[in-house]
Amino acid sequence: MELMLLITIFVVALFLGVELITKVPPTLHTPLMSASNAISGITLVGALLAAGSGSGPLVNILGFIAVTLATINVVGGYMVTNRMLAMFKRK
Amino acid sequence: MSNTLIYSSYLVAAVLFILGIKNLTKPRTAVLGNRLSSIGMLIAVVITLLDRNIISYEWIIAGMVLGGAIGGIMARRVQMTSMPEMVAMLNGFGGGASLFVALANAWDPAAATSMVAMISIGITVLIGAVTLSGSFVAFAKLSEKISGNPIAVPGNTFLNGALLLAGLALVAMTVIDPTNHTWQFALVAVALLLGLALVLPIGGADMPVVIALLNSYSGIAAATAGFISGNTVLIISGSLVGASGLILTQIMCKAMNRSLPNVLFGVMAEGG
Repeated sequence: MELMLLITIFVVALFLGVELITKVPPTLHTPLMSASNAISGITLVGALLAAGSGSGPLVNILGFIAVTLATINVVGGYMVTNRMLAMFKRK
Repeated sequence: MSNTLIYSSYLVAAVLFILGIKNLTKPRTAVLGNRLSSIGMLIAVVITLLDRNIISYEWIIAGMVLGGAIGGIMARRVQMTSMPEMVAMLNGFGGGASLFVALANAWDPAAATSMVAMISIGITVLIGAVTLSGSFVAFAKLSEKISGNPIAVPGNTFLNGALLLAGLALVAMTVIDPTNHTWQFALVAVALLLGLALVLPIGGADMPVVIALLNSYSGIAAATAGFISGNTVLIISGSLVGASGLILTQIMCKAMNRSLPNVLFGVMAEGG
């Protein structure tokens, strides 16, 4: 039953994602791509749980690598999007 | 920290991501959208740090400090003209992160317990590794570290199909025989090759579309990582990015007067 609930969330969120993006002006294509790239860094949550778990050093080290990569994605992603949008505003 | 509080905070984060994407589609509200989405990320991360399954913080702090420094420096130094390849590289790191989350879970006897978890681990490894190597090829092409011309591989479509089938077969083997980690290593290798084989034949001019598509993949990888332990915020945000990324890919294709199959398979006919 729990799995069915998770699949339900998954499918509904897919449809929501399709509906959210309609007419996007071409100037916003790259910022939007960059911003949603930052959101995919949410995998950081899974990385944190692995890096801090009590399941042994190997799991923690693999988790550490995941935390590092995901943090680069999140921090870099939001900062880069911000810079692009700041330039966009001046135009 | 109670699970109810954690999951309601995840819900708030997911709503902020949805509002963020919505606002990012209009010029006037785009800055607000990025801000809302970053607040959502902050909430999700902070509340996860309070999860009682986390018992030590050394590796977490080390990873966040290191990753934050690298990401911050990269974002500050990059030229405005190099933004697409910067996004490609960041996206590669995101795919790599999901890959390592899945591997950590594969080696965790407490996580790799059910068939659903093993299937989710296998699929996350596959998509995460394809995103990682594919994004780095896209980065290398755009920054002209390798030639931006399409690199013709004879029988390319056949090769991609064969690699994909091999990848899926290896996912099945990791589920059937979870204690033998050789299958995991083989899966990582095949998936990395698949990422290379998918992107190498595509010309530099089509790279922005390819990056948008790979961005969609990294979202799906995050969502399948969420299925490993039933994490709702990973599933919702990952599938949001996966679906909206695919639509954005289509919109970008249309803006360039190209169709997606044309970009992915029609490279030889186009001649670059």
